[in-house]
Amino acid sequence: MERFWQVLAQKGPYILATLLGGLETTLVVAAGALVFALGFGLVIAFMRLSRLRLLRWPAIAYIEFIRGTPALVQLFVIYFGLPDVGLRPSPLQAAIVGLGINGAAYLAEIYRAGIAAIHRGQMEAALTLGMTPLGAMRYIILPQAIRTMLPPITNVAVTLLKDTALVSVVAAPEIMFFARNLVTETLQSMHVYLMAAAIYLCMTIPLSRFVAALERARRAWH
Amino acid sequence: MEPLLRIVQLRKSFGEHEVLAGIDLDVMRGETVSVIGPSGSGKTTLLRCINYLEKPSAGEIHIDGKLIGVRPSNGGYVHLSDRELAEERREIGFVFQRFNLFPHLTALENVTIAPRKVLGLTRAEAEKLGHEMLDKVGLGHKLDDYPERLSGGQQQRVAIARVLAMQPKLMLFDEATSALDPELIGEVLRVMRQLAEEGRTMVIVTHEIQFAGEVSDRIVFMDEGRVVEAGPPGEILYRSQHPRTKVFLSRIQER
Repeated sequence: MERFWQVLAQKGPYILATLLGGLETTLVVAAGALVFALGFGLVIAFMRLSRLRLLRWPAIAYIEFIRGTPALVQLFVIYFGLPDVGLRPSPLQAAIVGLGINGAAYLAEIYRAGIAAIHRGQMEAALTLGMTPLGAMRYIILPQAIRTMLPPITNVAVTLLKDTALVSVVAAPEIMFFARNLVTETLQSMHVYLMAAAIYLCMTIPLSRFVAALERARRAWH
Repeated sequence: MEPLLRIVQLRKSFGEHEVLAGIDLDVMRGETVSVIGPSGSGKTTLLRCINYLEKPSAGEIHIDGKLIGVRPSNGGYVHLSDRELAEERREIGFVFQRFNLFPHLTALENVTIAPRKVLGLTRAEAEKLGHEMLDKVGLGHKLDDYPERLSGGQQQRVAIARVLAMQPKLMLFDEATSALDPELIGEVLRVMRQLAEEGRTMVIVTHEIQFAGEVSDRIVFMDEGRVVEAGPPGEILYRSQHPRTKVFLSRIQER
């Protein structure tokens, strides 16, 4: 145990500095995937809620497929599979799109549940005032639904942030990518990975606190 | 003179169950018509069909001589797009039993959102209009209150102001006082009475028989998806010879 602290004192600063070199990529991938998922998820949710089978069924299939298969497999299909059909995404592109389509499936279900929870009378009132269904969605339904959706959306953001660790396997230079290289270099698995974990925690704890605060605020509001 | 609202052989079925079995009804401009009848007689469905919240199974609805919800095409009909339907609905105000105010908006915003987003009024224009309409229903002092802070009667009056702000040709009231505590019914009926006296064209579905008798030009008695009889309030409420009307009215009086 004494040796653990010695190594930490000696190599800690170097390990930390190297790992933080991956921070920017981690954040770019997480943010990019989240933006992609927020937008694409809304499209999927609307398709899922459509009266038209032609729209609804592909959305259901998409959601089931994505939620029923590991994110790692999805990532491999995009990074290693797409070149077979002539598309060569960069590691960063594959990472953002891969995690983005993954998050979109979860967000689509959150959107759908949030929209479905708004009483039917709200849509009807908006329609009788001459709004189109899309206008009613924009001005009446979504602003109400967002209050209930914000905590679960933030949870998806936390998951996305953690899942960025997966994209080290497609060689995107994020924190875990540097961690694995560091282990080869220093042979200090415990130190390197624990420190990587600490960096993730520093990012996810504030987000989790934010969700908790939101839920308290929502209870107070009702 | 052409009626403002003309309903011709309107039918509506939900699956096997026929709720409206061929309704004919004309409402003249400026007329107040109350529809009464037992629960399940199809009154609410009739009202919801008029602005296409429910799609009729058959029949025609004309407002100001214009066919609503559909457009003739090759001897048949095609349903209008969402956008076309929305334009037609602007002209038809609907007051719901459960108010359906928008809980995330203040009273004033509830009234101004449709004029702004549908009619394209500026915020200032819409707020001026909203002020006037809320004043009219006696809530000029509650502009910035959210619905949850208002009583049921106040909420329903905001809902009426919200409809008035769209300056509809026709106003539909679907049991507008049924969800209210007894002591709050009067304030809503007062507003409705005032609108009837102003000569607005209104179709009112109600269980308030006495009120219907006082404000209506005509009463329509419905049962089992049909208009049993229609006429001036005195004739229907006090001198009806129709057995079904008599049974219904005597049951109401027993309560």
